[in-house]
Amino acid sequence: MLEIKDLHARAKETEILRGINLTVNAGEVHAIMGPNGSGKSTLAHVLAGREDYEVTHGEVLFQGKNLLEIQVDERAGEGLFLAYQYPVEIPGISTKYFLKAALNSIRKFRGEKRYNSAEFMRLAKEKMEMLGMDKSLLDRGVNEGFSGGEKKRNEIFQMAVLQPKLAILDETDSGLDIDALRIVADGVNSLRGADRAIIVVTHYQRLLEYIVPDKVHVLADGRIVRSGDKTLALELEEKGYALVDGEREAVPSPA
Amino acid sequence: MPADTDAVLDEVAQREYKYGFVTDIEADTIPPGLNEDVVRLISSKKNEPEWLLEWRLKAYRHWLTLEEPTWHNVHYSPIDYQKSVYYSAPQQKKALNSLDEVDPLLLETYEKLGIPLEEQKALAGVAVDAVFDSVSIATTFKDTLDEVGVIFCPFSEAVQNHPELVRKYLGSVVPYTDNFFATLNSAVFSDGSFCYIPKGVRCPMELSTYFRINAANTGQFERTLIIAEEGSYVSYLEGCTAPKRDEHQLHAAIVELVAMDDAQIKYSTVQNWYPGDEEGRGGIYNFVTKRGACRGANSKISWTQVETGSAITWKYPSVMLLGDNSVGEFYSVAVTANRQQADTGTKMVHVGKNTSSTIVSKGISAGRGQNNYRGQVKIQKGATNARNYSQCDSLLIGDSCGAHTFPYIEVRNTSSQVEHEASTSKVGEDQIYYCRQRGLSAEDAVSMIINGFCHEVFEELPWEFAVEARKLLSVTLEGSVG
Repeated sequence: MLEIKDLHARAKETEILRGINLTVNAGEVHAIMGPNGSGKSTLAHVLAGREDYEVTHGEVLFQGKNLLEIQVDERAGEGLFLAYQYPVEIPGISTKYFLKAALNSIRKFRGEKRYNSAEFMRLAKEKMEMLGMDKSLLDRGVNEGFSGGEKKRNEIFQMAVLQPKLAILDETDSGLDIDALRIVADGVNSLRGADRAIIVVTHYQRLLEYIVPDKVHVLADGRIVRSGDKTLALELEEKGYALVDGEREAVPSPA
Repeated sequence: MPADTDAVLDEVAQREYKYGFVTDIEADTIPPGLNEDVVRLISSKKNEPEWLLEWRLKAYRHWLTLEEPTWHNVHYSPIDYQKSVYYSAPQQKKALNSLDEVDPLLLETYEKLGIPLEEQKALAGVAVDAVFDSVSIATTFKDTLDEVGVIFCPFSEAVQNHPELVRKYLGSVVPYTDNFFATLNSAVFSDGSFCYIPKGVRCPMELSTYFRINAANTGQFERTLIIAEEGSYVSYLEGCTAPKRDEHQLHAAIVELVAMDDAQIKYSTVQNWYPGDEEGRGGIYNFVTKRGACRGANSKISWTQVETGSAITWKYPSVMLLGDNSVGEFYSVAVTANRQQADTGTKMVHVGKNTSSTIVSKGISAGRGQNNYRGQVKIQKGATNARNYSQCDSLLIGDSCGAHTFPYIEVRNTSSQVEHEASTSKVGEDQIYYCRQRGLSAEDAVSMIINGFCHEVFEELPWEFAVEARKLLSVTLEGSVG
């Protein structure tokens, strides 16, 4: 599904990703953990195509396609979804209108028939019920005046409607209470399937109690310094990121 | 800003003006220049009564004593008023009795503009008065309106057929001494629309005037006068376009609205005059005086405008709230891109008791556009319990544009309540990126963000117009954002 080879990226003059190698197969859930400033969010946004970052080296294949050569919206069309750590407000545009336009834009990209309002509403309501969300949200401006928790939940709702092939969750757990966390996790778990993959970017192990990953990677100084199964997350929780401190220097520079 | 975003922003800031064609039609055009003889000539071409000629001449003589205003925040080289043509009309062989006799070339022009004048093709429920340069060429659905006693006709026809009404109300809201441009208009105005809604009548259809400037170097000076008698209601729409030309052209119009007891006038404008090119060559200078008088108790006047065109827009649709409990509203979206400049806003003058006014102004600046909101709220001594709410938002696209706000508030009655809110924001790369991550193209993202910003104003527009305005806005700003 996703193959990242020796990926280097920088923001302005600062190199942030310094040789990422990662393979995610269909059906898998990967967790990417790491201390603040290790490059977790940068990796998520480089994959989504944010223009503030410049890829200086490396390759990313998504379902066999060179991801780095296509635009942000085309990547979405190909089935890549990023749940933002800080979802953006778009005042005056209802969530319903926004999401329907997004869904139909993606469907058009895939050569599928557009959803009419009734079809869209059926799908939207079903997903809202699953996530225990209030239907009035559909008529409110996109994230406009939403609480932090509502915004995060709205990201998962959008993900559930858009049904991406690869979902990347950028610190979706931050700022969520335990109930909200469980609902978000349910939403993510419902997306799991043989033909999909999920990357969960998180600082804490907490979310991984609900979304059990197949693989856990630890990112430090722009490189993956350790990979393992779900027990690695527990080990990190126990020992902290000091666990990987020694390994930062040990990784040879790929250059 | 990343290169790709820049490119889309640039593209939005530049625009295709799709109404820039010229109709090649023979015209009766008088030589450029302005003097008393020109005023007399216009009046005689219109076969006007003596009193109207006298009124024009008074205005002209007064105009000679005035200086062009400079208080606005727009910049342009001085206008040479002797170089402009003050009257140009397409050649018509004889007086027209029906649409069948209108030159097919003119009908075709309006068809191309999306305003078919044949009734079977026209938008159901909208009567149109089509003004081409200095004259009105056709008015649709006259019979339907006649049945309920609504008068909707070219201004010059009203002068002939309803002189008593014209004489009573002409200049009663905007006196000929009002301001430099209004005074000029009063001297040389050529045509425009006249509407009279009798007592208790709810006008059965939207009334609409479509202004088209075609001839080169010609100014358009039209007047619109709408009178809503006691308990009546009318919704009026105004649209305008002009060909692409390298010279600036002057448009100095006047709109006067009168609402009696319990009457309501809803006036909507989608202004799409040619804005000039990227370098600021050409485009219309739009100096317009629009004012409504809520004369009666419980009357209401509501202005909604979407201003996307013109090189310069100078316009302050205002409401004089004279009757007790009267209501004034102003909803505006003004867009400036390329080198366009806008100095626009409103004036709400509270005179009667319990009067209230609402101002919602949305300014969008892109390219090197400069957008100014200038608004005045005046609460007179006797206006007990007057209320005003003003909201003034600016949206910037790119780094080379500007937004400025000049609110003036004058309160002389302590029981009044005046609120003013203002905000300035930038179309964020973050917003665009977010939309694109969900699968929307950059253009769709921008158009969505801007539409969201203008949402409150578009809601006030009649439905067909709101659709048109949304489309217009996305064309206008095509390529401004990425």
